[in-house]
Amino acid sequence: MLRFSFPILAFVALLGVFLIGLQRDPTYVPSPLIGKPAPVFNLPLLSDETRSLGTADIQGKIYALNVWATWCPGCRQEHQALMDIAARTDIPIYGLNWKDDPDAARRWLVQLGDPYAATVMDLDGRVAIDWGVYGAPETFLIDAEGIVLHKHIAPITMEIWTTDFVPKIIAARASRP
Amino acid sequence: MNRRLLLLLFLLVFGSATNVGAIDTVSDWEDPGQRELYEQLIHEVRCLVCQNQVIADSNAPLAADLRREIREMVLAGKTESEIEDFLLERYGDFVLYRPRFKPETALLWLAPGLLLLAGGIVLWRTLRRRAVLPIGSDDDEPMNESS
Repeated sequence: MLRFSFPILAFVALLGVFLIGLQRDPTYVPSPLIGKPAPVFNLPLLSDETRSLGTADIQGKIYALNVWATWCPGCRQEHQALMDIAARTDIPIYGLNWKDDPDAARRWLVQLGDPYAATVMDLDGRVAIDWGVYGAPETFLIDAEGIVLHKHIAPITMEIWTTDFVPKIIAARASRP
Repeated sequence: MNRRLLLLLFLLVFGSATNVGAIDTVSDWEDPGQRELYEQLIHEVRCLVCQNQVIADSNAPLAADLRREIREMVLAGKTESEIEDFLLERYGDFVLYRPRFKPETALLWLAPGLLLLAGGIVLWRTLRRRAVLPIGSDDDEPMNESS
């Protein structure tokens, strides 16, 4: 019996590796930006293309940045959740409209409601690359010092906001005098 | 009818084959060294939208944007490691098909060698045990060992 112990142990170990592996999401890529300063941007506003808004204007207060586009199905899916979150939280949510048609984006906000404190347009996708965006919708949380606290990839829900974002907001506020 | 079908198949197969590698291929490189660096980089950078493709093969808009960024950096005279740093800062180790060797990736790099070593040890022990058996014996357990 003892001579079979090694193959059986190896088999069980391999089974364990596969079980853990199967439960992980292979499409999820952790962001190297967490804990680092948020990438700087200065982009035209969706509401008024002659004016711009940048990280320098919105820093100094905790904020969320939501990457969205009208061509992105997940963005439509999460839109109502963003509306609900915006109605409940005092954290401003900024929109980064990624490689989109500005007219379509403006129509979208009229039709579905506008949860954003402001939306900026990243027409050529350069700022999205700086932020390591690879699949909209993505939502970042940035603290008052401009450090990226959290990144959520995939449509957001009220539940995700409450369990993943709110504790980090509370902790960030508690650590600030 | 059959002939038409064949023609259609022919066109489908060979019509698409001519497009292979034609994703925004640029031919206006003045410096052959830069061209080579660009080609090498786009064949080593993973497209994060379609994760099992390099950005050279991908039609995803993000892959096109990344090719543009890399092209501009190459034209600006950036080195290979500077461009890799740019990508690593934004997308992490996963973006490179050949991740750099560091503590986090050491197991990934060393695993094949370690597995080969483990297999070699098992093979060596098995062969040594079998070497003491009389020829023709189908029992692989020697008399003087109890493992």
